[in-house]
Amino acid sequence: MATADAIPIEFPRRQPGRLTPPAEYAGLRSQEGLVKSSLPGGSTVWLVTRHEDVRSVLTDPRISSNPLHEGFPSMGKNGTVPPPDQVPGWFVAYDPPEHGRFRKALIPEFTVRRIKEMQPAIQRIVDRLIDALLDGGNSADLVAQFALPVPSLVICELLGVPYSDHEYFESRTRVLVTFTSTDEQRESAAKELITYLTKLISIKHKFPGNDLISGLLKNETLTAQEVSGIALLLLIAGHETTANNIALGVVMLLLNREWIGDPRAVEEALRYLSVADRVALRVAVEDVEIGGQLIKAGEGIVPLGAAANHDENAFERADQFDPGRPARHHVAFGYGVHQCLGQHLVRAEMGTAYRTLFERIPTLRLAVPPEELPFKDEGILFGLHELPVTW
Amino acid sequence: MRINADADRCVGAGQCVLAAPDLFDQDDDGTVTVLTEPGAATKDAAREAVHLCPSGAITLEDG
Ligand code: HEM
Ligand code: SF4
Repeated sequence: MATADAIPIEFPRRQPGRLTPPAEYAGLRSQEGLVKSSLPGGSTVWLVTRHEDVRSVLTDPRISSNPLHEGFPSMGKNGTVPPPDQVPGWFVAYDPPEHGRFRKALIPEFTVRRIKEMQPAIQRIVDRLIDALLDGGNSADLVAQFALPVPSLVICELLGVPYSDHEYFESRTRVLVTFTSTDEQRESAAKELITYLTKLISIKHKFPGNDLISGLLKNETLTAQEVSGIALLLLIAGHETTANNIALGVVMLLLNREWIGDPRAVEEALRYLSVADRVALRVAVEDVEIGGQLIKAGEGIVPLGAAANHDENAFERADQFDPGRPARHHVAFGYGVHQCLGQHLVRAEMGTAYRTLFERIPTLRLAVPPEELPFKDEGILFGLHELPVTW
Repeated sequence: MRINADADRCVGAGQCVLAAPDLFDQDDDGTVTVLTEPGAATKDAAREAVHLCPSGAITLEDG
């Protein structure tokens, strides 16, 4: 078992060109207690890798999501996320009971039923993008031309961004998640989006519609500033995560063609890929024991979703892509009170994207050998920079 | 078997509705509501919902 003064290991990295999580995870899961690791951003944290322990971390009231607490893990600068203490309404960083005020205001917009109502809009968005792919010839980059615009246009729909502004909105959010954007470009895109959202909110104030922002503005417990913070959170939380899952899921299906057309591939792709492996950061605010390890108040914790989702004790033959397995207890969306609010929306987007893509372009195939795909091995989120395909 | 669902604890994740659509629904406010008590055919689905619920809002009383 690790002692408090053991030398921290390097933060596990993905192996270039591989779709499976970092190889070190298996060893960490079978080791007693937990292990300390130093983060790219410099701080030292406890890594949690077993499925059961990850769930414990994410449900323990002595463990906080608030980055203002001393010892909260810092992943370094990643460009896309504004400092939470500067954005009122950035509720992923709040603990209960404050967190509940925002969560309760939003859950009516994300119920299984509400997402079903959005299905025709999602289908329309996916169909139009595929029309454009087919009009453009017989090859494409599915990241830029499909996986990124789907979630961005769906969020426009959800927030009530008028159709005429979709292109502007999409181009600004694109800058935020594009690898080659400079810090200045990201910063100015974020500012433009905040300005845009503020303007949109004041318009919705006067002319409410049947959209999420109008709904939130009717809620008297939220200020207009908080509504804009929430809108920004939804935009950022739901964009690159979903895009990466759509693109990588297409790769999984192209490499395992026997599962094309099976709707269960969505849940298994979420588990297998676990793109948000290192997204849920935490800090202990009291001493707490997790997985046989004492974690002291003020120590940072990184529960690793991909490690938990490849734990053989929770999923047999975990490194195998098998949509036939029961996979719903995966933690790709986290667990506990912060479990992803957008999860049913994601399922609808992924399901619609895969079904329609392979129905309309049955001859779809990779344009490069799989090992040459440009994976995002270094980022916080796992994904692809590009997905060259042909048909 | 009886289901207790605590709407105050519920975070509207909807796992219960996916796992056991015959037993659970989400209210207009998004929180859990029990449609009917589990019968012989739906007991396993009820247990699955308890296991999947991320906030511990659902408990079962055996009987
Ligand atoms: C495949 C796509 C997605 C993945 C893998 C994902 C993953 C996650 C994870 C792991 C968390 C928990 C963070 C934590 O515990 O600290 C989370 C929270 C959240 N997600 Fe997602 N997400 C996805 C898409 C979306 C979408 C489409 C939306 C909304 C439009 C969204 C909105 C949110 C929000 C608002 C939270 C915070 C919830 C809270 O704090 O109560 N996500 N997501
Ligand atoms: S699974 Fe739990 S948290 Fe989610 S809606 Fe059902 S009761 Fe509420």
